[in-house]
Amino acid sequence: MINWKVILNIAKTHLLTKMKSTVTAALGVTFGIGAYITMAGFMTGLNDLLDGLTLNRTPHIRLYNEIEPSEKQPVSLYAEFENAFNVVRSVKPKQSQKKIHNALPILNYLKANDAVKGVTPQLLAQIFYISGSIELGGTLVGVDITEEARLSNINDYIVEGTPEALRNNANGILLGAGLAEKMSLSVDDRVQVSTVAGTIFPLKIVGIYQSGLAEIDNVQSYVNLKTAQRILGEPENYITDINIKLFNIDQAPAMAIGLQRQFDVKAIDINKANAQFETGSYIRNLITYAVSITLLIVAGFGIYNILNMLIYEKMKDIAILKATGFSGRDVQLIFMSQAMIIGLMGGLLGLLMGFGLSVMIDNAPFETEALPTIKTYPINYNPMYYAIGIVFALISTFIAGYLPANKAKKIDPVKIIRGT
Amino acid sequence: MKLVLETKNINKHFYKPKDFHVLKDISFGIKEGEFASIMGKSGCGKSTLLYILSTMDTDYTGDLYLNDQLITGKPHEELSRIRNKNIGFVFQFHYLLTEFSVLENVMLPAKKLAEKSQAEIEHDAHEKLKMLHIEHLTEQRASRISGGEKQRVAIARALINNPTILMGDEPTGNLDSQNSENVFNIFKRLTEEQRLSLLVVTHDEDFAKRTDRIIEMEDGRIVN
Repeated sequence: MINWKVILNIAKTHLLTKMKSTVTAALGVTFGIGAYITMAGFMTGLNDLLDGLTLNRTPHIRLYNEIEPSEKQPVSLYAEFENAFNVVRSVKPKQSQKKIHNALPILNYLKANDAVKGVTPQLLAQIFYISGSIELGGTLVGVDITEEARLSNINDYIVEGTPEALRNNANGILLGAGLAEKMSLSVDDRVQVSTVAGTIFPLKIVGIYQSGLAEIDNVQSYVNLKTAQRILGEPENYITDINIKLFNIDQAPAMAIGLQRQFDVKAIDINKANAQFETGSYIRNLITYAVSITLLIVAGFGIYNILNMLIYEKMKDIAILKATGFSGRDVQLIFMSQAMIIGLMGGLLGLLMGFGLSVMIDNAPFETEALPTIKTYPINYNPMYYAIGIVFALISTFIAGYLPANKAKKIDPVKIIRGT
Repeated sequence: MKLVLETKNINKHFYKPKDFHVLKDISFGIKEGEFASIMGKSGCGKSTLLYILSTMDTDYTGDLYLNDQLITGKPHEELSRIRNKNIGFVFQFHYLLTEFSVLENVMLPAKKLAEKSQAEIEHDAHEKLKMLHIEHLTEQRASRISGGEKQRVAIARALINNPTILMGDEPTGNLDSQNSENVFNIFKRLTEEQRLSLLVVTHDEDFAKRTDRIIEMEDGRIVN
């Protein structure tokens, strides 16, 4: 029979009379957990930011026509050479069109699919921006801007102007920020673009687009899909890319394979397109956990040390308790509960500290050219980290307390009382 | 008369640093209401015997009976409970929990036993303190009172669960003669008024002579 009231009362008295040690031990846990929460929140916040930078702009599946050589060369179709070893030299890519065949029916088919959140058609065209006698090479993307704004966070990257302004102006263009700077242009100015074939077309700048990635901002601009088709002199079904957003990103690889077979186009899924980001996030998470666990282990040693010292100081008390009828188990529980109280108090304070630091970081100004929409440092407030934090605090204090408490359990009162 | 405590052929060895036969065939009994003292030179094994009798030391051969019940061989948990309920212990150096108040020190064994309510335990503790004329110290910290007072608090604590037997390991060894006299008178009164059995290890010959019975030990044997 365990008399918790008595045990907790003794534990409480020990902790209160040794306030300094108690506070030191608890602060060890507090800093460990606080640092873990802050680190985890900051690191994963940064991860999300960096992933978002690329991933949110990347469609889950992209359909397009790849320029590539035919897999089956004509010679292999010829029956007489069936069993021969054929060598074809200087293989050239197959003559094929850039546009997706039957793009509009494919769009309608995908829109009807339940797993698909949205589909946007795009027209990618190589063009030149003309500034006086200078020609700057670049790409023009014809988009359905309303759908793009709904499905991707393109809105965040339009630093001047609005998506509506583009939609309402048939000759409007969202100019890349790097291009605007190079050509000294701003909103409401005009810019001339020239197709590869040489047709010159004037456009009105309705907004500036800044993705934060210089290689994009220096070459890419957005226009309405119809405008792009008109500039190229192509009909309304001329679409070079179909971007698909799914409700569940995990379905992307399987679906990409299916679409590639079904429509005879190249389909690339987000995982293939951005494999390196997965690796980056994974390694950053690994570092976060390694540092946090180190901090918590250090805190655990602190508790172990202080409890050990406490038990040496309390040798006589332990002997008296045992002599007056407290069992080894009671004594063990007294010291275990001290460890757990330290862990719980320190842990809860640590959560508060972690949250406080997170809020501070969240409000610290962080302005950079590369990330126009970011004004403060990114923080992830995932409650999961708080749960892990408190559980870890309790587990580490349990282990740190168990060893000294077990020693206290085994102390032989006779030896202490006789002073040997 | 009924035997409260009885030993049969108790033997004990110390194995470190080398084999040493401390207790040799100890057989004796304490009657109800008897005030016995154990005397002998240092190292004759009297303290060792007392710790075996108190159930704290279990490393021996032979049989130990408390209230006609065999104690030897019982698990530690049960021994703790027996110690809690039936045996009161007074040490040479008072041994109070210094961080607790006098009242809490006295109440602790009863709280552990948990047979009575908090109010009853508190009432009992006040009774015991009153009986030992130290009720004015009730709320003091145990570290703030004098040596003689501490020893009386320790006796009150030993008595709180109304044990069958009270054991003392030189309870007056660290006290001046006036306080020793006090403690002796308390012990005497307990045996006479409450029929409590007492077994006290002592060096003090005057103290021993005034007890009902002297058990003399020499080289691990009872000689008288």
